[in-house]
Amino acid sequence: MTPNHTINPNNWIKLYSDYLFNYTISRVNDREIARDLVSETFLSGLKSMENFRGKASERTWLTSILKRKVIDHYRKINSIKGKAEVRMNYSNSSESEGDWLEERVADSFDKTAEDIMENTELGDAIYECIGKLPEKQAQVFEMKTITGYDTETICNELKITASNLWVQIHRARTALAACLEKNWFN
Amino acid sequence: MKKKLFISHKQAKHICDKKQYGEATFLESVSLSIRVAWCKLTKIYSKKNNKLTHTVQSAEMNCLNQFEREGIQKKFEQELNKRL
Repeated sequence: MTPNHTINPNNWIKLYSDYLFNYTISRVNDREIARDLVSETFLSGLKSMENFRGKASERTWLTSILKRKVIDHYRKINSIKGKAEVRMNYSNSSESEGDWLEERVADSFDKTAEDIMENTELGDAIYECIGKLPEKQAQVFEMKTITGYDTETICNELKITASNLWVQIHRARTALAACLEKNWFN
Repeated sequence: MKKKLFISHKQAKHICDKKQYGEATFLESVSLSIRVAWCKLTKIYSKKNNKLTHTVQSAEMNCLNQFEREGIQKKFEQELNKRL
């Protein structure tokens, strides 16, 4: 059966801006350019909304627009940085089960271009998983873990109690660990 | 004191989560270590949790700050309103 996704631009920024920004910054390596490309992506999406057929999710559709924008950006600056995406095949042996995530993340020292691309792909995978979380959990997790806000700031911002924050964090972390294991490591 | 040092699995998970963000107290960290030493479930949870933290840090993820997001939102809403 063909999936029939709907489109609602009112929620785009809230739902997809962080994912798209992370996707872009890891490819263009410039915060300002990344922000502009994300902004242009939303505007282009709005203009071509009638072309959305619902076969892919909104996020996949917006990402495909963004990919073209990133390519156009590299064409403009005539750079050689527009490399193809890396696809990795990790072993799936049961012996390495206990070693779960750590060994599969590149060392932060002596990074090669390949290491950086592997971590870029990992960042995309993490955002994929964050995208599957309920909105509140995703928001709390991002603010706490990626942006690094302190507990009090998040509680004031989202008008939740500290204990509610930790419940959301716990659920988000448990779901993320399971999602990454299923979609990235296996 | 004894009550504070010997914690349940549920409490251990909560402390373990707090520890990922450097928000567990010294006493809580000690009580978690005690629990991890003998409870296999807590040990597994703790190991996975630590590795998730390490993985997210290693991915060096970025997200928009509030100012940037508001800028994008404003521009987008202007365009959206034109189309309504």
